[in-house]
Amino acid sequence: MFYDMSDINIVDAPPGIEGSGFFATSLDKVIGLARSHSLWPLPFATSCCGIEFMATMGSHYDFGRFGSERLSFSPRQADLLMVMGTIAKKMSPVLKQVYLQMAEPRWVMAVGACASSGGIFDTYSVLQGIDEIIPVDVYVPGCPPRPEAILDGFVKIQELVKNESGRRRNSEQYKQMLASYGID
Amino acid sequence: MEADTNNDLITLLSTRFGSKISGVNEPYGLLTFETTKDVIIDVLRFLKEDEGTAFNFLTDITAVHYPERNHIAVVYHLHNMAARVRIRVKVFIHEQNPAIPTATVLWNSANWMERETYDFFGVKFEGHPDLRRILNMDELNVYPMLKQYPLEDPNRVDKKDEYFGR
Repeated sequence: MFYDMSDINIVDAPPGIEGSGFFATSLDKVIGLARSHSLWPLPFATSCCGIEFMATMGSHYDFGRFGSERLSFSPRQADLLMVMGTIAKKMSPVLKQVYLQMAEPRWVMAVGACASSGGIFDTYSVLQGIDEIIPVDVYVPGCPPRPEAILDGFVKIQELVKNESGRRRNSEQYKQMLASYGID
Repeated sequence: MEADTNNDLITLLSTRFGSKISGVNEPYGLLTFETTKDVIIDVLRFLKEDEGTAFNFLTDITAVHYPERNHIAVVYHLHNMAARVRIRVKVFIHEQNPAIPTATVLWNSANWMERETYDFFGVKFEGHPDLRRILNMDELNVYPMLKQYPLEDPNRVDKKDEYFGR
């Protein structure tokens, strides 16, 4: 059977100057465009939010549409750390180590109430939000969030990736932010 | 002699240990008694090894904090699997010096149970081969099930009254 190729969507080119035989734009925009549609997420799933993520990865919600078909279970190759579920204080050094093992540029998404704030587990043994130990780019609310909410959070990560300056990770401000988490 | 009823069990224990057995009670049919920490291992060994009692299985070790009495109760649950009988043994120790001999000499399974009880209540099991925290993080500097410590995490900021107009 013949498929009409016009159904396939292609992302728009970034703003730039176009002429006969050339297209000029900034390197940041080109790299951001490419990166944002090939993010490799590391799913750090500890509880029910992880189950919602499994649904998000399934054929119905099809996370692969956003260029994240390939999950990375090695932090060395991952771009995006997705923390989904309750993080006990005993788990926090493990989570921090996973973050440290990721190469720059790296992004972090806190999925669900527990990862964002401790959720209902307001108790001595549970970390009250992963931003106590690592920086977070996007928070997804919900207990647990529906797959649509996880996808919405992911699209917001993509926007951050697209619009990030190529020099951001070398900036003094960024280093200070990492230093505030005890990361040098 | 085989103990058929809770009364028989208490008779056996009282004959052997006399006034060291006290506070006999049967909440919901579960025989419960108190003893003291100087004889607890002897009592447990008797319950485990005597033919009449034969509580071969250690179900659980835990503790209860009674701040108004300044005591911590260490609680042992035993199970006689053959006769399908259970028993509960309590030992009250002072909260300032919560020490008690280890039951690992009788059951290897007491190892992790005592580590957990130490982790949450600070009970020092004397003679335990490896008494360190098992569930909580190693850096925790309190025994969180003691009632003087708050259950909630003091770092939590989103429950302040001002956010709820109070």
